[in-house]
Amino acid sequence: MKKSKWGMYSLAIGAFALAITGCGGKKEESSEAPAPAANAPAGKTVDSATAGEVSGSVKLDGAAPKAKSINMAAEPACSKGRTTPAVTEEVVTGDGGALANVVVYVKSGLDGYSFPAPTTPVKIEQQGCQYHPHVAGVQVGQAIQVVNDDQTTHNIHPIPKENREWNESQPPGASPIEKNFAREEIAIPVKCNVHPWMKAYMAVLGNPYFQVTEKDGKFDLKNLPPGTYTLVAWHELYGPSEQSVTVGPKETKTVTFTFKATPAAGD
Amino acid sequence: MNTSSNQNSGRLRAEPAPGLHKYAVFTAICTFLLLVAGALVTSNDAGLSVPTWPLAWGSVTPPMVGGIVYEWSHRVIAASVGFLTIILAAWLWIAEKRPWMRWLGLAALGGVIAQGMLGGLTVRMFQPPAVSAAHATLAQLFFSTVVSIALFTSAWWQSSISELDDSRSPRIRALTIWTIAAVFLQLILGAAFRHKAFGIIPHLIGAVIVTILVFMTAGALKRRFSNVQPLRKCARFLHILIGVQLLLGASAWWSRVYAAPFPQPIAIMVTLTVVHTVTGALLLATTLITTLVSYRMLRPGHALVNSSSTPELLAR
Repeated sequence: MKKSKWGMYSLAIGAFALAITGCGGKKEESSEAPAPAANAPAGKTVDSATAGEVSGSVKLDGAAPKAKSINMAAEPACSKGRTTPAVTEEVVTGDGGALANVVVYVKSGLDGYSFPAPTTPVKIEQQGCQYHPHVAGVQVGQAIQVVNDDQTTHNIHPIPKENREWNESQPPGASPIEKNFAREEIAIPVKCNVHPWMKAYMAVLGNPYFQVTEKDGKFDLKNLPPGTYTLVAWHELYGPSEQSVTVGPKETKTVTFTFKATPAAGD
Repeated sequence: MNTSSNQNSGRLRAEPAPGLHKYAVFTAICTFLLLVAGALVTSNDAGLSVPTWPLAWGSVTPPMVGGIVYEWSHRVIAASVGFLTIILAAWLWIAEKRPWMRWLGLAALGGVIAQGMLGGLTVRMFQPPAVSAAHATLAQLFFSTVVSIALFTSAWWQSSISELDDSRSPRIRALTIWTIAAVFLQLILGAAFRHKAFGIIPHLIGAVIVTILVFMTAGALKRRFSNVQPLRKCARFLHILIGVQLLLGASAWWSRVYAAPFPQPIAIMVTLTVVHTVTGALLLATTLITTLVSYRMLRPGHALVNSSSTPELLAR
């Protein structure tokens, strides 16, 4: 039986390639793109003597959808140390319909100003197999520090549209992961593929005038230069809501955002 | 009724190698288990639970928690199937007298290597829908290749088989080609839907077309060759699988709607989706076998065939 040499060579190359793919691989790239804010030319600075303030609250009009139970039975390390049953944090409300986890930020009106990224990192903790906070605000170029307090491995996987995607694992006791995002993006979903119920959002803002509401629904944006601004409140389920507000020198304006409750799927 | 032996047609026949055939069947079964493992990864949304590839953070023994259980098991089974395929390709190269079979073994090896590469790409590129769908599709092609190797190495395939005339229109050979093309396209549409490349509508349209073609093929086989056991068996399996698959498809869709509000994949959704996916692979394999058996046994003829007049084939 005559057999072609090419066939034998192909077989050998194939086997070798399979062995290589099964045993090698390059190291995961972990460096982030440099934050443009850090290199941006200096612009106008805010004069504290004339700066005003916008404060207010975010409310939900109607009944909030019920939080859903998270089944962590398959992962004892997740429920270990938890004092309350795990539930979803999609819609969290306080007294009088106050809505939490809303990012309130200045979308426009700050042309000419430059805002270097703060040097203090924003900390995101993984505790009881949930992210704390559920929604975080961060400035472009500002460090995000992800900490694993659980006795199990997590992977942190932001899925941005405008920024670079990354996915890194963090075993128990590992050092914090530090990252930043180079472009504005409201908001980047974050998930853990090891524990598929773990979801969070990171809002990346181009200026420091933002706040994520707590259970009282309140926000307070201080040290705003006089001007007319587009203010946005963004919620993961209800989306963005915009209002225009004009702030005079040393003036404090009050703004209320109201989202109409819509039943979540399955309610 | 015209029948003729393939021995008279001048084709090269090889001696059956029972060990090789059994090994090919074993590889096909392991590949089927790999398809189950892959479907479990997708349905549990665990594809990126191990962000490094091919190893898990440089280790072969990652902590088996949460989604890592599915993802790492899939990689281990895939590596095992890869090594089984190396042996299969080498065995075919050494033992096979039919040159095209040796090349088919190499094609299987090339397929499993490409499949491994696509699996790595899908992890490193964060599961782009096109790459993930290509990974799911190549899995079906590889499975089909191994199934066909198992069939070609069987004693039945290598025995003298009398050919039958199939003179009715549409010809069964043509029907099987249309059917396998539709089933394969439908599997791509299903994979694209699961990997969120597009919605359910193309997959539903595909289901209608596949159902019609499978019923046409199985019906034609049953009507024309009800006394020819291999063809009758193919028709029966096609009927059973398409019925089961339609029920599974509807159930899997219901389970997805039901599971949507839950914060994590739930067991009923995972089970039904996985069973639906791998039954699709079984339908493809059965359609492939039907096509190959039809090409082996049937010959486009000119006279009408009366299957009841083929007593010599009844026992086969």
